[in-house]
Formats: sequence, C-alpha cells, structure tokens
Amino acid sequence: MAERERRQRDTDIGTGSDDEVVADVATSSRAAEHGERLKHELDDLLDEIDEVLETNAEEFVKSYIQKGGE
Amino acid sequence: MAVPKTLGIETEFGIVHRGVDEPNPISASSLLINAYLGRRAEPGVGPGAPRVGWDFIDETPSIDVRGFTPLDAMAPEIETHLVNAVLTNGARYYVDHAHPELSTPECADPMTLVLQDRAAEHILVESMEAANEVLPEGQELIVYKNNSDGKGNSYGCHENYLMDRATPFGRIVQHATTHFVTRQIFTGAGKVGCELPFKNRFDVPFQISQRADFFEEEVGLETTLKRPIINTRDEPHADPIRYRRLHVIVGDANMCEVATFLKIGTTALVLAMVEEDCLDPSLAVRDPVRAMQAVSRDTSLAGTMELADGRRATAIEVQWELLESARKYLSEYGHEMVGGPVAGQVADRWESVLTDLEADPDSLAGQVDWITKRRLIDGFRDRHALQSDDLRLAALDLQYHDLRPGRSLFARLGAETLVDADEVRRATEEPPTDTRAYFRGRCLSLWPERIVAANWDSMVFDVEGEALRRVPMMDPRRGTKDHVATLLETCDTVDELIDRLSS
Repeated sequence: MAERERRQRDTDIGTGSDDEVVADVATSSRAAEHGERLKHELDDLLDEIDEVLETNAEEFVKSYIQKGGE
Repeated sequence: MAVPKTLGIETEFGIVHRGVDEPNPISASSLLINAYLGRRAEPGVGPGAPRVGWDFIDETPSIDVRGFTPLDAMAPEIETHLVNAVLTNGARYYVDHAHPELSTPECADPMTLVLQDRAAEHILVESMEAANEVLPEGQELIVYKNNSDGKGNSYGCHENYLMDRATPFGRIVQHATTHFVTRQIFTGAGKVGCELPFKNRFDVPFQISQRADFFEEEVGLETTLKRPIINTRDEPHADPIRYRRLHVIVGDANMCEVATFLKIGTTALVLAMVEEDCLDPSLAVRDPVRAMQAVSRDTSLAGTMELADGRRATAIEVQWELLESARKYLSEYGHEMVGGPVAGQVADRWESVLTDLEADPDSLAGQVDWITKRRLIDGFRDRHALQSDDLRLAALDLQYHDLRPGRSLFARLGAETLVDADEVRRATEEPPTDTRAYFRGRCLSLWPERIVAANWDSMVFDVEGEALRRVPMMDPRRGTKDHVATLLETCDTVDELIDRLSS
C-alpha cells in the first residue's frame, strides 16, 4: 500500500507546474525560517528556564495528584 | 447521508490548590468557577457569565446508542448540586467530578472551534486570576490543560460531532476506530512515562499520547474505567430521530492550535465519509486496543499494525489513505457538510503534516504537541545530561500544560497560531454566529435576569404573568445570527420575544 501511494505522490510532485515549484521553494524557505526561529526560542527558553521552572521538581511531580474524571 | 458537522469540545482541566494541607479538588474547582462568575458580575467588567444555571432535563448519559444498557456498565452520574453556569458565548462552565470543565458552544467549522478552545483557556486563566485575588496570602489555584497526573489518573478532553441517525453504528465504529488509533501521530500531546498496571512509569520514557494508556475496550458506555475507544453514550442534545452525537473520548487536550484544528477537522471529514459510505471497508485495524498503545509508544513512527484484510501498515500510511479518500470526498460532495471552505484548509494541512511526519518530524514543533514537547524535554535532558527517569523531565511535561501565562512552557515555545488574539478575547463573551449557540448566548447577554435555566437544546424564560416558558432548540443549526439577529434586535422584552416566537 505504502509503495503505491508514495509513487502516486511522487508523480503528483513531478508533474507540478513551474509556479508550483516556485511556491514549494518559497514554502520550504519559510519553513526553514520558522524552524530556525523555533530553535532560537527553544535555546532561549533553555537558557532562562530555571527562572520559570517549579523550584522543587521532585516535590512538584509527586504532589501533582488528580482524581480521575469524565 | 452526511449532515452538517456541528462540533464541540469538552475539556476537564487538572487543578492544584497550593498552600493548604488537604486540598479538596471539588471545592477548589467550585471556588475557581465562582470567582470567575463573581468577577464577571461586577459592574463594568462586561458580559460573559450571568448567574444562570444549567437545566438538567435533557441529560441522559446512561442511554446507550446500541439500544440497551449493559447491566455491568458504570453509567456516569449527573451531579446537579455543584456550580454549573452558562456563559454569554454559549459555553457551559462547571464542576465535573473533581475538575473544572468547560464545554465550548456548538461550532459549525473546525476553525471556529479552535477559536472557542483558545477562548476556554482564556476563561480558565481569568478564573485563576480572580480566584487568587480572593484566596488568603500563600494560597494559589493552578490549572493545567492536560489529561493525566502521571500516576494512573486520567481526565478527558472529549469531542462531539453531530451525525445522521440513519448511519449504521457498526460502520461508525469501524472507521472511527481506525482514525482514532492512527490520528494520534498528530493529535498526541506527548507524555513522559507510561501509566499501565504492572509497568514501571519510566519503562516508556516518552510516548505520543497522554490518553492511550487508559483505553481497554473497543466499544462501550463507560468513560471513567474500562474506557472504550468508541463511546456509546446516546445523548444527541438535538432531535433524536434525525441525529446522533458521536461523543469521542480518546483524544488528548491540545495546546497547539494546529493540532486542535487537525484533530477536529480530520475527524469531521472521516465521519462525513462514514455517513456517505465512501471509505474502503478493508481499512480496519485488527486489534485496535493494542494498536492504540503501540502507536502511542512508537515515536519512530515506523511500526506497523495489522489491518482486517491481512495487510500491515504504519499509522502514517493509514492516514495517507484516509486523506486520499477525504480529497475524493471533497471533490465529489463539496465541503458543505464539513465546515465550508475551511475543510480545504484541513485537507491541505493534513497533507503537509503527514509529509513532514515522514520526512522531518522535528519540523512540526509548534504544530504538533508531542513533537513540540519532545524537543523541549530532549533539549533540557541533553543540556543537563539527565537520565530519562529524572523527575525534572516529568516536571517539564506537567509545566508544558500550566495555563498561567508566566509559567506555561508551551507559551514560550513560539507555536504557530491560527486565530487572532483579539478574536479569542471576543470569543470569551460572544457566541459563534452560525449555530444555536448564537440564540443562547445573545439571550443570556440581553435578558440574564429573565432566564431561569439553559442547556444545549432549550432555554427556560420567566415570562410576565405566565408559568415558565421553555423554548426548545432541537436543531443545532437553527437560532443562528441569520435566523434570529433581527428578531432579537427588535424585541424590547422577553415577553415580546416569546410572543413573537409563538406566533
């Protein structure tokens, strides 16, 4: 099943017009930018995370007890 | 035949009361909601939460869609004595068991539901602020939008989809199950550890879904124990001759807007295809309970499951097949029953997310919760050289879902947004315009003192010189802005409204 579908999708991509190719490139560079931004944000967060984190992680996790719901 | 997919989400939130010796989650939840109602009732704060109670007359959660109630079924009980409010945006805000719960108003498309789901978070945030103003120094209420405490206790985020009563239930079971087992790869909110009996918590360092550990049956009425993948509660909150409401209990509460959008949008499409009977009957998962847990634990996404016709397929492959069918459905039947043009956006995003899950899953940080959370946890673990059973990682997991703006780790991770922040704020007060939630919400804004009670499919008005008058709203797609805005604008009083509705 997988092979058939993947081929089908490859064909779809192969027959795309030039406009679509340009759009694809624009999308992937936007995606790359977004990826970079996320990486920076993660790094920044990891730098400052101690200020935000619960002070006693072990106690916090152990005391987080909920009743089942629904 | 497909009926328009009216949609809603009910979220039970985790709640912590800090600074007391023996916290009581029921009173903490009541305090939280009452604080919100109190703040909203102050002059100048604006609408949002009139003191109007819920009407329980149509609540029958023990009726089974299969036409019988199994003798050993633990039907949910209704608690009528706890705080239970209706908001001017058409939502219901109440204490359910030991959790604050917010049910969104009925929405006609998945994007409006994303907006309302975010509005629900805002309401909980404002509730925390209001509660913490009245609590004694040193005490605090904290709300988490997650589904488990990591110790085997789970609480739900349920979805609701209006369906055609004539669709055979067995067909719904087959295809919805296939979707629920495999959609986890983009709906999972991620979890550090596992919560299966006879397993150590960190035997599974990280899994895709918060909820998969808790499903033990394929079909059933329970929601609190022996949870089934397909819940059979038959409580349509609409004309029972024409409609059923599929009450979906398998999902995780999502922080990522894209994940919520896809969870609702893809499921609405699958259910419309079930109604039109245009899905491949061979697409069924052979042992869905086991497959559900296996998919959740397979962060490589490479594992396969056996289908009813003997084929083996990965969750991604099954999802590609459903998407292919959805594209065909949209070109053949149009998007009218699945939320309008937004359904096209659902299909496009579905495709791009599946493509990225195959090629570069990490690029979905900010769109898919389990991937967003995993990057945070992996980054922290690597930076501090921690073992995978370090409780600091479990703490990060919890704090990802912390709704306090200053503490939420999710809020700092730059996730993609689909809805505008100002619109979200408005949606805490204003109902969707294209379902009966419009009538409910607007009446609550206009005449709160004349409404005795409200629920999903009716409202009770206090009419001058008469007994109370119940106005039924059995069709979720009537009472929209188009239907009743002029009527509501031109009625000066409730009495006039009732007169004109009766004539």
